[in-house]
Amino acid sequence: MANTPERDAVTDAVTGTATTGHEWDGIRELNTPLPKWWLWTFYATIAFAALWVVLYPAIPVTGATGLLGYTARGAADQDRAAQAAAAEPMLARLRAAEPAQIVANAELRAHAIAGGRVAFANTCAGCHGAGGQGAPGFPSLADDDWLWGGKLAEVEQSIRHGIRAPDDDASRTSLMPRFQADGMLTAAQVNDVAEHVLSLSGRATDAAAASRGAGVFAENCASCHGERGAGNREMGAPNLGDQVWLYGGEKAQLIRSIAFGRGGVMPAWEKRLDAATIRMLTVYIHSLGGTEAAAQ
Amino acid sequence: MPEGLITQPVPIEGIGIRTRPQPDYVDAPLRAFAIATVFWGIAGFLAGVYIALQLAYPALNLGLEYTSFGRLRPLHTSAVIFAFGGNALLLTSLYVVQRTCRARLLGGEDMAWCLFWGYQFFIVIAATGYLLGVTQGKEYAEPEWYADLWLTVVWVAYLIVYGGTILRRQEPHIYVANWFFLAFIITVAVLHLGNNVAIPTSFGSTKSYGAASGVQDAMIQWWYGHNAVGFFLTAGFLGMMYYFIPKQAERPVYSYRLSIVHFWAITFLYIWAGPHHLHYTALPDWAQTLGMVFSIMLWMPSWGGMINGLMTLSGAWDKLRTDVGLRFSVAAVGFYGMATFEGPVMSIRAVNSLSHYTDWTIGHVHSGALGWNGFITFGVLYWLVPRLWGRTRLWSERLAAWHFWIATLGILLYITSMWVSGIMQGLMWRAYDHLGFLQYSFVETVAALHPYYVIRALGGVLYLTGALLMAYNLWRTVRSPVAEAPALLPAAPTPLSAAA
Repeated sequence: MANTPERDAVTDAVTGTATTGHEWDGIRELNTPLPKWWLWTFYATIAFAALWVVLYPAIPVTGATGLLGYTARGAADQDRAAQAAAAEPMLARLRAAEPAQIVANAELRAHAIAGGRVAFANTCAGCHGAGGQGAPGFPSLADDDWLWGGKLAEVEQSIRHGIRAPDDDASRTSLMPRFQADGMLTAAQVNDVAEHVLSLSGRATDAAAASRGAGVFAENCASCHGERGAGNREMGAPNLGDQVWLYGGEKAQLIRSIAFGRGGVMPAWEKRLDAATIRMLTVYIHSLGGTEAAAQ
Repeated sequence: MPEGLITQPVPIEGIGIRTRPQPDYVDAPLRAFAIATVFWGIAGFLAGVYIALQLAYPALNLGLEYTSFGRLRPLHTSAVIFAFGGNALLLTSLYVVQRTCRARLLGGEDMAWCLFWGYQFFIVIAATGYLLGVTQGKEYAEPEWYADLWLTVVWVAYLIVYGGTILRRQEPHIYVANWFFLAFIITVAVLHLGNNVAIPTSFGSTKSYGAASGVQDAMIQWWYGHNAVGFFLTAGFLGMMYYFIPKQAERPVYSYRLSIVHFWAITFLYIWAGPHHLHYTALPDWAQTLGMVFSIMLWMPSWGGMINGLMTLSGAWDKLRTDVGLRFSVAAVGFYGMATFEGPVMSIRAVNSLSHYTDWTIGHVHSGALGWNGFITFGVLYWLVPRLWGRTRLWSERLAAWHFWIATLGILLYITSMWVSGIMQGLMWRAYDHLGFLQYSFVETVAALHPYYVIRALGGVLYLTGALLMAYNLWRTVRSPVAEAPALLPAAPTPLSAAA
């Protein structure tokens, strides 16, 4: 092709290379041969490609896997199987042990907390926070104020069956009614009972309303929250006398809770996580700081 | 020669410039394309800086759907690729095809103005759609069916104008830059049509559904997406390189043979490499393997362009000290070489298992986009704007040098921060502790990226700052008085001797 110099091909004085003789708008081209290293590297990549398509699946026919028998799916399955096989002995021990036994055994406990930390971060932290500190509507798991109980067995029950989980018959179900929305209380009564609830933690702004609200409270609220508002874990009814508020303790927030009810939902994790992971989560959550004696 | 004077290597001693008639080239619409290139470049860089800051500081989403990352991200990518890059390609291809064919543009000024306004209209309807949430949800092909149809009309007109000008050429041969521009125009047309086969829900609706679904849709999308890189951002910009680097360096192209071999190797190999975007997905293994090996074979063909660009400077390396435009172009070729080595490496399945879905990919794209596409466009603008407006020199070479170093620093901050964050992210995702449990939760890997996102945003701010300096410099150039001296001074002739 370009080896034959055309009629006005010239030699470039800088490189000593002939040009092709073409010229466009003052631009000429040298007739430099392909760089050898370039050409041989190009050939090498072609050879690599040829080898690779023999070793690895490269033919659009089912079952044609190449000489190495590799499939991406098979390799992933192998990785997972190896991972599962390595983990299995310890996971079997975790499944077999009661949470209290896990806590009592240093080796099992260390394992459960390591695994529970990851499971918590990937499963629970989105609502309950990275350290289990909670968020409005999502209870803290790191304090000792428990809605449904903080003992190991109670925590595990909550994880397995969830809270008001619609797809689990064993889920915890009771919820805060919509007192005003459903016509059980008037707006004035809601205001009074909110003042009463504030008074339980010494924060009432209107003593007369608070005292009117005491009667309303006794008739409508005490059955779950207790006569003094100390709460009831059977019902998941929070203690109203402490300063820990799931949906906020300001008067407007209390009025909203009373008037329109509350009923947060947690999924039943038994359907989504394996038994060992739930065990590990139980032990991990229990270790976050809101400990209630393990043996109880 | 006074510093900053532009030169035109027309007469070559020993050959003598042929005293051939030069047609009346179409230039006025090209000036509009140059303005649009600068305008959309700055708009696109600004959008990029803003979304980079959103990743570091999510509050900047402002809680509005119009300013959320999901809508601004395609605004950024389309603005820089199709608005900035597209206008640069239209500008340079229409400039180069006329000069290297010694033919006036087919259709003359009117047709070029139609292309200009038709293309700007496409950009505007696509961009407003993104902000309103109108999207096909296909990366780099987000515009909905009505915008796609309009672009098809404009693009076919572009092909006719460009191809028609080649057909009426007064030169016996077609210059290599035109091979690349033509490959770019034709392949982008094929890709655009292939990836946008969709049925609108009604003619009054902006919504359409694609003809393909599932993994077929994914494969078509990445056949398109990878070749948008291959033919829009590589072939088209190589066309730019093949004209403007010899012009800036005032030297012949290094190797005609290399240009032929790497042109055909690139056009043949690039089109098959798309599946490397779909490693470890539902795409069948055989397609993944082929995507990988074609990507590896692309390494040398890509580097052929780099060699031809760099080696064209043989005997003219000293010009890098004095010509900032050339410095931009040469740095661009360097970044091109880096990105086209990194690409084949990342296409290897095992490497991809670490790099895929991480910021490494983002860094890779930007070393190509900021370094190669951006820099070569800046180099061309510094050379071309004085000429298009008939000025003898750039207003300030010094300011252009500031642009060069600020933007280079910006790129380095960008790509190094993304390498670190991407590789860290990939390693954190796969890290197991000694008990066999994953070491990090997803959100911990996200939190770890924050400092690198801040560094990346800073890199983007520097790059944008450089572009603003360029805009000011070019504006002052255009506004400077026309000197008495002839606009284009003859160059000191490059010594050539007649072949024996």
